[in-house]
Amino acid sequence: MAYKIVGSQCTNCTACEALCPNEAISEAKGTFVIDPAKCTECIGHFDTPQCVAICPVDETCVIDSAYPRYEA
Amino acid sequence: MTEAFFPEDHSNGSVDSASSADPAVDISDVMQKMAEHKGCGTEGGSGKASCGSSGGPEDMPAEIWEKVKNHPCYSEEAHHHYARMHVAVAPACNIQCNYCNRKYDCANESRPGVVSERLTPEQASKKVLAVASTIPQMTVLGIAGPGDPLANPGKTFETFRLISEVAPDIKLCLSTNGLALPDWVDEIAKYKVDHVTITINMIDPEVGQHIYPWIFWENKRLQGYEAAKILTERQLLGLEMLTERGILAKINSVMIPGINDKHLVEVNKAVKSRGAFLHNIMPLISAPEHGTVFGLNGQRGPTAQELKALQDECEGDMNMMRHCRQCRADAVGLLGEDRSAEFTTDKIMAMEVEYDAEGRKAYQQAVESERQAKVEAKKGQLDGLEAAGDMKLLVAVATKGHGVINEHFGHAKEFQIYELSQTGAKFVGHRRVDLYCQGGYGEEDALETVIKAINDCHAVFVAKIGGCPKADLTEAGIEPVDQYAHEFIEQSALVWFKDYLVKVAAGEIVHTDRGDAAIRQGALIQQAG
Ligand code: SF4
Ligand code: SF4
Ligand code: SF4
Repeated sequence: MAYKIVGSQCTNCTACEALCPNEAISEAKGTFVIDPAKCTECIGHFDTPQCVAICPVDETCVIDSAYPRYEA
Repeated sequence: MTEAFFPEDHSNGSVDSASSADPAVDISDVMQKMAEHKGCGTEGGSGKASCGSSGGPEDMPAEIWEKVKNHPCYSEEAHHHYARMHVAVAPACNIQCNYCNRKYDCANESRPGVVSERLTPEQASKKVLAVASTIPQMTVLGIAGPGDPLANPGKTFETFRLISEVAPDIKLCLSTNGLALPDWVDEIAKYKVDHVTITINMIDPEVGQHIYPWIFWENKRLQGYEAAKILTERQLLGLEMLTERGILAKINSVMIPGINDKHLVEVNKAVKSRGAFLHNIMPLISAPEHGTVFGLNGQRGPTAQELKALQDECEGDMNMMRHCRQCRADAVGLLGEDRSAEFTTDKIMAMEVEYDAEGRKAYQQAVESERQAKVEAKKGQLDGLEAAGDMKLLVAVATKGHGVINEHFGHAKEFQIYELSQTGAKFVGHRRVDLYCQGGYGEEDALETVIKAINDCHAVFVAKIGGCPKADLTEAGIEPVDQYAHEFIEQSALVWFKDYLVKVAAGEIVHTDRGDAAIRQGALIQQAG
């Protein structure tokens, strides 16, 4: 699986973008989005997904169950 | 009175070890002089003559006065003549505060529910130069919330670099929560940022855990006591490092009744001992519609009297900043409604901006003369005040700036509050009464709102006032005074006060204390400032 951003809750603060170790996050159409092909759930980089840890709005960076769990 | 600035804490290990790490530039020297100067000013009498003339206020040494005289945030006088501008280039934040909802602008600058346009460093610098060329009184550029400038260091410093290249006369300031501050102090010094504001709401993590739900630290989200402990350590270390390098540091604190109200006295001592130049205590502004944790859980803000009592307690020997209007001296605001439309990002990016250094210099010289005139006007006004004895009272003033009573009662968006006593007229704060704060009530409620906001005042000075509000104010026990229209505030207030004292002495009126007032201000919001 990858993470995704719940667009309606995102404040566009940009904080997650700079922290993602895989440059998976970018701005698109007025909100931030995660590229599921690039997101590794931060596995191999950090103990916790960085986007989840920095996001000021709870439950905004969440697991996208449409994708299988990432395997390192 | 060195101990005025360096009380016991100065000799305690943590401060000393930090300040000896790198030999101080000259701030300790400056602070030392300032402390001596203060001692001399406050103890009055004999010492005064030997204090020399700084050309500035009596209680400030020349070096500091030079640094702050054109800074609308730091100098009470400058507030009337100069304006600052904020740009939002740094929306990311590395901590969460319970009084912040980062959907909206920072509490230090804006109106409820308003979101500043997020700009790139190129857009921001161009906008600043365009505004500065049009509005000569724009002398300070701040980067503040929403977000923390030091959580976005690339954007923040690039903006500073672009502006300082073209307009070295513009002072740069930034406001931070302090978490990342120690990492960036050298960069801050490099760009000659001489004013940094740190928001410090506690020095005890037990208190802090009720204000900050989490911080982002070393790639993890930390909570509770642990988070607050790291935050306070970083804030105080950052403050010490600024002081060592001669960078002026102001501390902002948000007063949250029941959580840190008593504790802020300790905070005040801690920041003083580390060289903070000003301490600004702001009221928590909290309402459910702000969507903040405090707004939603019913945490109240302080009343005007509670706020003033705390400010008085902390004042002692340090400058308490009471003229911070939470950034209402907005340069873009000075453009007026119609003109600000000329400064939208699109239009500015299409503009050829030529920086008008000459025009700005001429304006600033004119302001200096105006300030001299005010100093003249002040002379002799203290004579005859002895009759006041212990009496202290507050008056409200409707003004558009320049230190003059020049606003119509009905048009006032805020009132300046002065305390009158034996020692003269002292500015103690602002009360906002503008539309944003009235929650959309009708006309009559608007007057009621004003009365509530200045209910602790004995009089209100205005340039003009209608018959109806005049009667209502009188009934509420607040004397409407309109005979000093377009005259200097402090001078007029003291003439009125002397007259009041004469009437009290003659038994014509009985002096009574007034009640408390409500603090009504714009929404929340966040700190980083
Ligand atoms: S979980 Fe990690 S890798 Fe995936 S988007 Fe968030 S920060 Fe990037
Ligand atoms: S951190 Fe959260 S709110 Fe900020 S841009 Fe990323 S998803 Fe949006
Ligand atoms: S936030 Fe405070 S320090 Fe910054 S410009 Fe405004 S009043 Fe000045």
